[in-house]
Order: sequence, then C-alpha cells, then structure tokens
Amino acid sequence: MLPVLEVSGLTTVFQTRSGLVRAVQDVSFSVNPGETLAIVGESGCGKTMTALSLMRLIPSPPGRITGGTVKLDGIDLLALDDAGMRRMRGSQIAMIFQEPMTALNPLFTVGRQIAEMISLHEGISRRSANSRAVEMLQHVRIPAPERRAREYPHQMSGGMRQRAMIAMALACKPKVLIADEPTTALDVTIQAQVLDLIDDLRKELGTAVVLITHDLGVVAEVADRMIVMYAGRKVEEGTTQNLFAAPSHPYLQGLMASIPKFGAQEGARLKEIPGIVPPLNNLPPGCAFAPRCPAAIGPCTETRPPLEMKRQGHAAACWVA
Amino acid sequence: MTMLLDVKDLRKTFPGHTGLFGNVLDRVHAVDGISFSIGEGRTLGLVGESGCGKSTVGRALLRLIEPSSGSILFQGNDITHLPERELRALRRRMQIVFQDPYSSLNPRQRAGDIVAEPLKVHGIAAAAERRVLTEALFARVGLTARQMALYPHQFSGGQRQRISIARALSLGPRFIVADEPVSALDVSVQAQVINLLMDLQVQDGLSYLFISHNLAVVEHVSHDVAVMYLGRIVEYTDKATIFAQPLHPYTKALMAAVPVADPAVRRDKKHVMGDVPSPINRPPGCHFHPRCPIARPQCLRDEPVLREIQPGHRVACHLV
Repeated sequence: MLPVLEVSGLTTVFQTRSGLVRAVQDVSFSVNPGETLAIVGESGCGKTMTALSLMRLIPSPPGRITGGTVKLDGIDLLALDDAGMRRMRGSQIAMIFQEPMTALNPLFTVGRQIAEMISLHEGISRRSANSRAVEMLQHVRIPAPERRAREYPHQMSGGMRQRAMIAMALACKPKVLIADEPTTALDVTIQAQVLDLIDDLRKELGTAVVLITHDLGVVAEVADRMIVMYAGRKVEEGTTQNLFAAPSHPYLQGLMASIPKFGAQEGARLKEIPGIVPPLNNLPPGCAFAPRCPAAIGPCTETRPPLEMKRQGHAAACWVA
Repeated sequence: MTMLLDVKDLRKTFPGHTGLFGNVLDRVHAVDGISFSIGEGRTLGLVGESGCGKSTVGRALLRLIEPSSGSILFQGNDITHLPERELRALRRRMQIVFQDPYSSLNPRQRAGDIVAEPLKVHGIAAAAERRVLTEALFARVGLTARQMALYPHQFSGGQRQRISIARALSLGPRFIVADEPVSALDVSVQAQVINLLMDLQVQDGLSYLFISHNLAVVEHVSHDVAVMYLGRIVEYTDKATIFAQPLHPYTKALMAAVPVADPAVRRDKKHVMGDVPSPINRPPGCHFHPRCPIARPQCLRDEPVLREIQPGHRVACHLV
C-alpha cells in the first residue's frame, strides 16, 4: 500500500530572544490510508509543532519551517502557495485540537460553521450544505442533531463540542486527520466515547489518523504504529505492539516504567526519570537524553546517535540499545 | 485506629442562577451529604470526574470555603465553625497542595521566600533561623539551597510542585489535601512527585486526602478510595477491594473507561453513554440512572443511600 502522507526531514525553528529554538528537527514518517499513527512525547518534545507544521499553521514569525517535505498523495504541501494550502486544509487534511472551544467560533452556530466548510470546499448550495452539516452531527452520534446544529458552542458540553469539531474536520472526508491531544481535556468516560468515535470513523471513511498524545494508555488502545519524540527529534519508531513489548530506547523504557499500573505491589516506588527535559535552545551535544539516561556511556555525550533499525519494524536512536 | 479526620454529612451548596434582584433561583449542590474518615498516616483517594465536587470537599475541609452543613472533626475537635482567629492555628496542622503549580505560586516572590512565608506569618522563627529551616525544607523535597534565590518561572512544572509541597510542609502539618497534585505534570515527572509524597508520608506519618481523576495514580497512593458522582459518594472502601471488586455501576464504568498502557488488553467497548449531568439540575432518584446500564424504575424515583454491603465496603446502589 502506498502511504497517503509522507513526511521527510521536517525541520521547524523559532526565533526567540534567547536564541534559535529547534522545535522539530529532521523528523520523517509516513502514514498509510486508514492507519493510526501516534506521535508520543512529553511537553516541549515537538509533537504539536510537528502537527502544526503538517497543517502549515506554524505562527510565522517567529516560527519557520526550514526544511523537509510533507507529501500528501504525492503533493508537497510545503511547496504550495497560501491559496493552494487553504484548498487542502479541511478537504484533504484536517486537524482537531485539545480544546474545541478555542477552535470553534463562539459567534456562529455549530451547524453554520460546519456548513460553511462544506460549501467552501464543495461549492454546493447553502441549503444542501446545512443538511450535510446535520448529517455529520448525526454521524458523530450527537443526539437531536437538527436542534444541536442551531446551538452555539457554549451551549454544548466539552465532549459534545469535541464531537462537533470532529464532525467539522471530517465533513469533507479528508484523507488525513491530525488529532492533537483530542481527549486530554475530557473526563475518562467521555474520552472513551470520543476515542471509539474517532476509531469507528477511521474505519468507515478510511481516513488516516495522526494522533498526538502524551498518554501511553491512549496509544496502546488505538494506534497501529507509534513514533516517540524527545527534544524535537524522533528517537524511536515501530509498531505499537513491538514498542510496548520491548521498548528499546531508555527514554521510552523510562516512560513506561514511570506510569502507575493497576495491581502493582503495595508501597512499591514508581520508577523515575531523573532530571528534566533540556531547553531546546541549549541542547547538550550528543544524545539529548544522555544527561537523564541511566544507560549512558562515553559516546552518548559526544555524538548524536542516528536512528537505526534495531529489528524488524522497530527503529531507535540510541548507542546503547 | 484513631481517626485524624472525621467528616459527617458534609454539604456545600452554591447559588446557581440569580434573578433580577439577586434572589437565588436555584442552587448547585456541589457536595451533598458525604461522610468519611482518614486515619493517621493514611491516604484516602477521592476520585471522580469534573464537577463531581471533589475539589469542593478538599477546600471545605480546610475551611477555604465554608461548609453549608455537616461536621468536620480534626484530631477530635470540631472545626466546622471555628472562628477565623483559631483557623490560623489549625492551618499549621492542615495544608493543601493545588493542581496548578503555575497559578498557586506568587510569580514575584523568590522560591525561598515562598516556602518561608508560612514560618514568617506564624512567627515561628527569627530570620536567620528561618533560612536554615527553609534550606532543610528545600533539601527534603529534592531542591538545592541555591535554588531559593530563583523565581517560580525559572523552575519546571515538577520543580514548582516541589516548591508547593515544601511550602505545605513548612509548618509541620499532620494532614495535607493534595488536589490533583500531579495532573499538570508529564508522566516522567509525575512519578518523581508521587514518590516524594509517599516518602514524606512514611517519614512524617502524614495523612493525605488525595483528590484525582486518575484512577491508576489513586490506586498507587491510596489506602482507601471513595468514588464521587454529582456531589455524593457512590462507593467507599479499601483500595484492594475497590479495584478487585468494584460494585457500583459508575465505579465499574470508570474503571472500564481507563485506557490501559498495554496493546494486548482490549477495552470493552460497552461504555457509559452520555455526559455528566449539570450539578444544578441533577436527575431525580439515583443521579447516575440516565447513564446506568442496569437502571430500573426504582432508580428514577428513590435516592439510594450509601450502605455497608460487606464489612467496610459501602455502596450507594439499589441493585447491589
């Protein structure tokens, strides 16, 4: 199968007062149609900046995509002019965010916002766009969709708003959906509903999903493959099955060990990763994780390890692994 | 076992909508008659989703908000109606750590001054001695004396939470309300803070009310667990029992909804439907009935009381 999205060498930097911040450095990955790829990492690892770069939504200035290609069905999004990119957003590649309230316009009804998107991309009449909007709300399992379409975002609960945003994102059946922490602001019972909804729609529509999250539980639940980012770089990649069964980078090993698990021994201590993520404008030479790494050896602090295939379907950037 | 804290039938209502002349039209029943107790050196985990009233409970215990009714016994003394003057002495023994280490620290105060502030307010020590005590507090939470001169923005989230914990410890409390203390932190840092809280408990015999929406974290730190839904406790027992044998349909739904970090475990896709209802307009009878998979007509009509099903295992459900 040909990948629908192919990202190669993506690099995004921010010019700040304290120097050049390399938010995303030389990140490459591909996603197949109907596949869910998770991008995992902690705050500041560059996962959201990667997502925004794919959508070309990096605030500029101070941000700038300085290298790489983002090919959607062979078309390089980074080479398009602004009008060309606007035509792609929503119709070919769409994004949903952690906080739907900031992504929905508070002054327009939810139905109108969805309809506007549809008529913009497909040039159909307002009336048929409106009925498509109601259809989409029904599709994301919002009860009483006709009534809900006439409501404003503030009249909906958090879970309902997230559904409305998913309806809007998928209204034009994009090939790729980027979901940036889509359930982080939701309660667990609502999170389960929204994760299942995204997964069901992926199967129905064949949409490829790029899921950005910090929650390894969510990854284990829905992702086919995953990439792990640390300090702006990809440090591990493989199938979810492989990475959970045998994480090879000490960072992913540390992350997995630090999560409290059900049924653990009474009074057992959690494994800690000592220290903190280094500032992106002042990265150590060599491996960025070396100062926190329990397995670090001589070369780790001097030369950055390249991403290498460790075994079938499992790559990591580590001198020790 | 002697109880450090004994809470009986605690209630807190807030005015909801008000009319044109400021008359209260309806009330939010944030906490609706809950009872629990915490022993010396023990942790009670209080679990629930947003709006269930768990944070209101924590604040009411410290009298940061005034309870509407009920009683709070701390070390055997009724503190429910303690006058303001005596509250100050009480707060030497009860402290709170908040979720957001960004908004709970004064950005214009140096970290050392933040931690020393309670000592100063309570007139515990002279300036020189305060410095020594503060240095010791910094060391206890894993920070260095050098960091006392820095401002909150110069610390990471986890380090800021350490500052909050040092501040809470400064007066040598017996009881700490930890309100979502690790929810804003990355997992690798979350583990550091959880370990710190647990070490402090062992060293000082501290008791915690640990408020969290994260069941795995609660399971890790708690001795007992109470599950709240719309202002009420629906299930309350020891940690081992509640995780091995949850009885309330809401507890079961919560546990089933938590994603497990193991791709081999497939979550059961039968989950609770619908949203949490508004605490202003709660469903009659059992508040959980509109989302409950096993609700019967009785559940729409009668409020279930929290009753002891097995020794030490309390559940509020007609069908258990």
